[in-house]
Amino acid sequence: MTPPADTTFSVVIVGAGPAGLAAATEAAGHGAKVALVDAGTQPGGQYWRRPNEASSAAGKLDYLHHDLTSYTTLVDKLSEHRKSGAVTYLPQHDAWTVEGTDAGFVVHLVDRSRRPEKRVSVTGRRLVVATGAYDRQIPFPGWDLPGVMTAGGAQALLKGHGVRAGERVLVAGTGPFLLPVAAGLAEAGAHVVGVHEANSPLRWIRHSPAVAKNLGKLGEGVGYARSLARHRVPVRTRSMLVSVEGSGQVESATVARLDGRGTPIPGSSTRVPVDTVAVGWGFTPQLELLVMLGCETDVDIDGSVICTVDGRQETTVPGVFTAGETCGVGGAALSLAEGTIAGIAAAGGAVAASAKVVRQRSKLRSFAAAMHLAHPVPGCWVDMIEDHTVICRCEEVNGAELRAAVDDLGAADARSAKLLVRPGMGWCQGRVCGFATACLTAAWTATPYSPGTTARRPIATPVRLGTFLEPSDVVDAPTTDGAQCDRPTIRARARYDDA
Amino acid sequence: MSDVVVVGAGIVGAACAYYASQAGLSVTVLDRGTVGGGTTSRGEGNILVSDKGPGPELDLALRSRTLWLDIGARLGADTIELEEKGGLVVAKDPEGFAALQRFAGYQRESGVSTVPLTGPGLLDREPHLAKDLAGGVFYEDDMQVQPMLAAAILLAQARALGVMVESGVTATGLERDSRGRVTAVVANRRRFPTKAVVNAAGTWSGDVAQLFGTTVPVLPRRGFVLVTEPLPRMVRHKVYSADYVSNVASSDAGLETSAVIEGTHGGTVLIGASRERVGYSNDMPVEVIRRLAVQAIGLFPFLEQVALMRVYSGFRPYCPDHLPVIGPDPRVQGIYHACGHEGAGIGLAPITGLLIAQLLSGQSPVLDVSPYSPARFDSVTA
Amino acid sequence: MIDDSSHYFTFDGRRIPFTPGESVGAALTAVGVRAWRRTRVHGRPRGLFCGIGICFDCLIVADDIPNERACLLIAQAGMTVSTQEGTGHDATG
Repeated sequence: MTPPADTTFSVVIVGAGPAGLAAATEAAGHGAKVALVDAGTQPGGQYWRRPNEASSAAGKLDYLHHDLTSYTTLVDKLSEHRKSGAVTYLPQHDAWTVEGTDAGFVVHLVDRSRRPEKRVSVTGRRLVVATGAYDRQIPFPGWDLPGVMTAGGAQALLKGHGVRAGERVLVAGTGPFLLPVAAGLAEAGAHVVGVHEANSPLRWIRHSPAVAKNLGKLGEGVGYARSLARHRVPVRTRSMLVSVEGSGQVESATVARLDGRGTPIPGSSTRVPVDTVAVGWGFTPQLELLVMLGCETDVDIDGSVICTVDGRQETTVPGVFTAGETCGVGGAALSLAEGTIAGIAAAGGAVAASAKVVRQRSKLRSFAAAMHLAHPVPGCWVDMIEDHTVICRCEEVNGAELRAAVDDLGAADARSAKLLVRPGMGWCQGRVCGFATACLTAAWTATPYSPGTTARRPIATPVRLGTFLEPSDVVDAPTTDGAQCDRPTIRARARYDDA
Repeated sequence: MSDVVVVGAGIVGAACAYYASQAGLSVTVLDRGTVGGGTTSRGEGNILVSDKGPGPELDLALRSRTLWLDIGARLGADTIELEEKGGLVVAKDPEGFAALQRFAGYQRESGVSTVPLTGPGLLDREPHLAKDLAGGVFYEDDMQVQPMLAAAILLAQARALGVMVESGVTATGLERDSRGRVTAVVANRRRFPTKAVVNAAGTWSGDVAQLFGTTVPVLPRRGFVLVTEPLPRMVRHKVYSADYVSNVASSDAGLETSAVIEGTHGGTVLIGASRERVGYSNDMPVEVIRRLAVQAIGLFPFLEQVALMRVYSGFRPYCPDHLPVIGPDPRVQGIYHACGHEGAGIGLAPITGLLIAQLLSGQSPVLDVSPYSPARFDSVTA
Repeated sequence: MIDDSSHYFTFDGRRIPFTPGESVGAALTAVGVRAWRRTRVHGRPRGLFCGIGICFDCLIVADDIPNERACLLIAQAGMTVSTQEGTGHDATG
């Protein structure tokens, strides 16, 4: 009797942004049978978000992208590997959970390209999680008004659809990402009334060794600054968005100047008429799958929960690798370097052979650390929370209710606050308010900030209960004539899919 | 110097502190985590009589139910989301329905209100229920509470009577005098002088007992709860299938699931219940999720179109004979146990707290506590 | 500029043009519609916030299916979308 063909992938990669694309092409180049799963309709992730190929906007928005050459190179490699059968690419597949089994890591997906959507699973002996990050937010009075968007959201509208988030836009928050967002909007014809960066770029100079090694990265910022100057967009530093006003939607935004300690200077606030505010305070890595597998986490300089990895991008769970923002927010170039290393390592290749990428990674990591130090979230936001300020947008928990959980009910951390008055209990599962709730409970209980379990979400994306009525489809690796090593048992299929 | 140190600030520890402080005792509550952070935050807030056959657990449940109503009347039912919603137990087939009715008959003799229902009567009570069920029994005594709010508010009340609550403090041992009596609890390198200590550490009470030089046979029995997207009120009562009762009563270590469904104040629908003895394993087998989802849709077909938003799991404090452990330790004078309630801890917390307070203050308990005595295990282990 | 006039969906009875591949949220934003949901507790208006499927603020009813994320939902000709009230589910359903 011939044994059944090996239908397990050698590597499953979740996420087709810069890190995932680099990992997939690299792993396939090293002979691995790869499955690349991604929530998007096309590869690129948030960074290389582009209009759908079928769209009339396709190609017209390329000017918004930095380093599109890397993208086209990777996508070309990807299609070659797809043709040869080395990579199975699954777009519009949301990973909702993952299990470590004897057969390997079973990634459970929802295929959203089908209506109704269908459960699908794919198994790999190794797993690379490259799920990226999303904009980090802090609450402020008026932030739930339509017209307030995350900086990344405004960028996604523009890059993905060529749509301006608004006509009179104020860009605010902190971090280098604000500049391309403002520049893109201005290039697209929006009236950007100002960029309000809460920190001062002077801080960068204090961390100059890391900056000096990365002059290329700094050059990006200079380019955006030139574009903003051309469109006469004022860039204000130590200037903070403190509230948004309007009835039914944004009508104005109030900004205030900050002193050297990051406290608003009395009498310095100005109200600016705008219809849109794009705001971002850095990014939050998406760690759901890693946390579910029990990978060790840490807290980064910027306060984000990140995954601990070794020099091969391997987590504390053997066989599970991660690359890009999940290891600490650091941008696309760093994601590419880490993805490359993760791809090589997951395919069983020698990372040491790629000394250049390893050096690049360490340079870019130190640059990222300098950026985090230069762009802290000013602590004063906590004092600006009013009783009626929405904290949790989903469950509509306000400042007074959260405060009462701490003062009257003894909530000692974000988790107990959540269990008592529901911030983080809604549709987004605390992705938007988790950081803020951890900061506020820490401030109000006078205990150190500790994000604790805010990153634990066993269900990474909602799944319709009806999908469980049918067995899950199994995506098999294409079988080849070559010898198969350590053939796994296919027990997993019986275990998960016999209805 | 406290009269008593309570180890554990879950619902049981909170109830012990609440009743002990009302009895005039000075109390300190220690928890290594946060208030209600253990199994209290991992359940559905059940206050049930429907799943208990005649016997010592039902006696506790009936008493405790009345105490919950007292607490609700005193502290405001809304503030702890105490709802006299009633439970509806349903059976798919005629044999199951016959067995359920027999069970309900015995319960009726013990003073439980039971109303058998079929066809339109069933759908009147619960309009979105599947149409193909053989029948059900309605238990108007079943209730639900938001256990986190309840624990926090009971402790807030206790604080007002001078109770000290210290979270983030891990008990590590006991100090005893030359005659073996408890003199202090040691926690975080601090001494908490006391005459007595209550082990209300829930699922971890076996570990705490060991630290204190004694034993209770409490083990973790894992359960998952599925949480849907928020909905309008679609499920009015606590609704579950009749095989739940046999799963609760079984001692099998393997996975058992039976649909237990109810709505919440927040709008979500909670779907339980699974039972398995897998230690403190933190993974989430998709098979458990699948079985619960399929069984839930079997009872409420509308759930097919509803999104699963979150899953949480917890570890019930399982005792081999399915009875809680309430009373003085037979080995160490000054230790009292209040643990091992498995899935009934929320419902049984007030009576547990009251009995412990009465034992501590030398009053005669409202119930014969011998069935729950920690000494009952000694005949087996000795 | 809309270069294919055959591409429309309706939003609360209003014809909304879109370009192929465009999300419902982008198409609504392009014509100045900012809100298409009222929250279930306080009835507050909401629309796009994160724009990438994370926040679930832009929930909308599309062809009778509630809780679709407008930022991810690709517009289709003839689609009927409407403002979502509260949970999007009808209690009498």
